[in-house]
Amino acid sequence: MSEFFAMNGYAFYVWGSYGVAVLVFGIEVWLARNRRKNILRELKLMRMDTEENGERA
Amino acid sequence: MAINWFKYSAPSTFYGLAGKLIPFFAWPAAILFATGLYIGFFVAPTDAVQSEAYRIIFIHVPASILSMFIYLIMAGYAALGLIFNTRLSSMMAQALAPTGALFAFISLWTGALWGKPMWGAWWVWDARLTSELILLFLYLGFIALQASIEDPRRADKAAALLAIVGSVNVPIIYFSVKWWNTLHQGATIKMTGTSMHVAMQQAMFIVLVACWLYVIAVALARVRSIILERERNTQWVNELKEVQS
Repeated sequence: MSEFFAMNGYAFYVWGSYGVAVLVFGIEVWLARNRRKNILRELKLMRMDTEENGERA
Repeated sequence: MAINWFKYSAPSTFYGLAGKLIPFFAWPAAILFATGLYIGFFVAPTDAVQSEAYRIIFIHVPASILSMFIYLIMAGYAALGLIFNTRLSSMMAQALAPTGALFAFISLWTGALWGKPMWGAWWVWDARLTSELILLFLYLGFIALQASIEDPRRADKAAALLAIVGSVNVPIIYFSVKWWNTLHQGATIKMTGTSMHVAMQQAMFIVLVACWLYVIAVALARVRSIILERERNTQWVNELKEVQS
């Protein structure tokens, strides 16, 4: 198994490539989910705000 | 039953449709990505010249192909938004830009990690590498220009012009290996087929399709957030169940 990971001596380059790629995909998905959470929270606050004051904010 | 395609060009109806579509792109993307990498690492043979280092190809080539394609699609949406004043088109262009920049970065990063053992250098001012770097800057410029202008509609127009003008760079990247004497390898996959080993071809193609599905899923998710942000004061957003709950 370890022989596989050694990539015949190119381990750093191969896993450095795939590691960063997967990491970057993961970060992008996480950011996209965060963006949705933030805007929904903001919209809820806006709605509560309009309901309390009775007119559109 | 005539399908009214324009019905889905309104942000409110597209918001719902995009929400339903995302899982159908996201899950196949993950499955195909794993499958492609499995074939790439366990089925494809060792390369005679580069031994195991060549396996970087299964992420480097799809990322590079996509970095170019996404830019053309982004410029296309931006142009549509500019010409027809359709807000959703401009929103799609804005949604694609970060993912395109990401793939340009991955293309450059994996290329550098492949170039170091094979060429002995992380970076060379080679025609292909330099034009890809310009592509990354164009993406970042598009995002920055879009973000820097307060009024979304004016921001869309300005960014659209940059995207359209910048699209001349994509054919330059593609043909760079033919026009100039570059260190970067010429096109291995030509219309006439490829000299690659069949398992290598399969792995790369599967990862390419996986990345395509990933791009669509992420762009749809991001465009939904953009729609909510831009239409925050509208009635239909206010009545969304996720806002009501």
